[in-house]
Amino acid sequence: MRDEQATGAAITFDRVEKSFAQKGGAPVMALSDCTLTVEPGAITGIIGRSGAGKSTLLRMVNGLERPTGGRVLVGGRDVGAADGAELREIRREVGMIFQHFNLLASRTVFGNVALPLEIAGRPASEIRPRVADLIARVGLEALADRYPAELSGGQKQRVGIARALATGPKVLLSDEATSALDPETTQTVLRLLADINRDLGLTILLITHEMGVLRDIATHMAVIDGGRIVEAGPTYDIFVRPQHPTTRSFLSGVTGVTLPAFVASRLRPAPPEGPSQEVIRITFAGRHATDPMLARLTGELGIAVNILAGAIEEIGPHPFGNLLVSVETGRGAEARAYLERHQLLTEVLGYVG
Amino acid sequence: MWANLTPLLLEATLQTLYMVAVSGVLGTAFGLPLGVFLATSQRGELLSAPLVNKVLGLVVNATRSVPFIILVVAIIPFTRALAGTSIGTTAAIVPLTVAAIPFIARLVENAIREVDSGLIEAARAMGATPFQIIRKVLIPEALPGIALGLTLALVSLIGYSAMVGAVGGEGLGDLGIRYGYQRFMPEVMAAVVVILIVLVQLVQSVGEGIARAVDRRAPRNRGR
Repeated sequence: MRDEQATGAAITFDRVEKSFAQKGGAPVMALSDCTLTVEPGAITGIIGRSGAGKSTLLRMVNGLERPTGGRVLVGGRDVGAADGAELREIRREVGMIFQHFNLLASRTVFGNVALPLEIAGRPASEIRPRVADLIARVGLEALADRYPAELSGGQKQRVGIARALATGPKVLLSDEATSALDPETTQTVLRLLADINRDLGLTILLITHEMGVLRDIATHMAVIDGGRIVEAGPTYDIFVRPQHPTTRSFLSGVTGVTLPAFVASRLRPAPPEGPSQEVIRITFAGRHATDPMLARLTGELGIAVNILAGAIEEIGPHPFGNLLVSVETGRGAEARAYLERHQLLTEVLGYVG
Repeated sequence: MWANLTPLLLEATLQTLYMVAVSGVLGTAFGLPLGVFLATSQRGELLSAPLVNKVLGLVVNATRSVPFIILVVAIIPFTRALAGTSIGTTAAIVPLTVAAIPFIARLVENAIREVDSGLIEAARAMGATPFQIIRKVLIPEALPGIALGLTLALVSLIGYSAMVGAVGGEGLGDLGIRYGYQRFMPEVMAAVVVILIVLVQLVQSVGEGIARAVDRRAPRNRGR
């Protein structure tokens, strides 16, 4: 199994297209030309606004949706072309968890986790110990005979995760699995997913509209906007050097670095007449993230720096900081050149008079 | 006088129970699968068969629009073919069953449609066949609704069974008409009405009890 995974991508989206027929009109393109490779053993997140097409893309991995163009390969098999028994076999190798958990109200925790095994036709003697293991793995031993209505949201999602792992899948799909949970519960569920990824070598593909989820567990990410993948790569690189405006707008929500209102309201795209300040975003990454660069800027070049906002955080083990500063417009270029020389990234946001 | 009437009332009650029980069981045996099919066979659903769905829907509606007393008379040839005779208590089971099937089918269909479509999606994602989804997800999840639907159907069957005197079926309704009405014995009529009320209450309570017992959608007080 390891060899098979090492030879190629876990999931490949190859120029995937999805159009929906519309009554009395041209078909609507939900996805166009989506190409994305999901590395085996990685946690890959797809972020997009609601309606961007991320859910449709995810559902193609287990054939709940079929592409109208292009191919979706899972473990080398073309899901879109699979049918009947073959499709059901692929689905047993792809677990899925849902925003609203989708647990059977009529079954206990044990019964819910056992369901995929019953469906796969496993004998009861095999199901019993396997389900007990799975329930222990997600820390719900004490609740095995409870019904979903008696559980909290976080506990329900743990049941969902145990159920998704029941048939020993190679891939786990997560459809906004933490969107219905409070922030604390979200963290515990994300930690559980990260543990499972590490312990079982499971490939996880998740969709979310929260950049924080990607920051916390995704090693790779893709941004989808208007049915197209506009940016993809390692999460750290995208957080540090976002290219697309959509990515930036998602990031501004999570890095906690936005201009204070009194500056933002006066921000101009070009320097106004008279004395003015240039507003610059500085991104610290890698080993320079913790260097005292601003002090050196002032010390070595004598440029006064106003700090407007800033934060340092971590993506996995890597620290990364964002700082919004302003300097006298006449010396902006000089200051930026100095910072760039020391591997910091700068971006001019505008000018204030 | 009551000494003579008591055995009559007892016999009539048993006949009513016999007709309702047999037609209830047969009606469920045919109505349940029909209801499941109606609920899952529209275009794009699990057993997608839009044409068959439409035809069956029409047949169900047609049967349900015929007043029961007309149905009893209208299907006499069918009853004779099936039961060997068109009169009597056993023969009356045929029209009762014919009326029960589409009624139960619609009630089951409604109960199944109440099941969250997210559960169907989850089961499909597990690699379940349509038949597995019906057996392991839809029916168990719809069971509280199905139990209430069957209760309603049984209560209606008790009412219908009072009309089969028209074709020589016996039972409480027939007793009430023949003795209470035609022989001017209001006390018999009163006794029949009381027994019917008790029967309906009993069926209703038991049905609701079963529906509650299988309903796990709300948390229960476990006494902890």
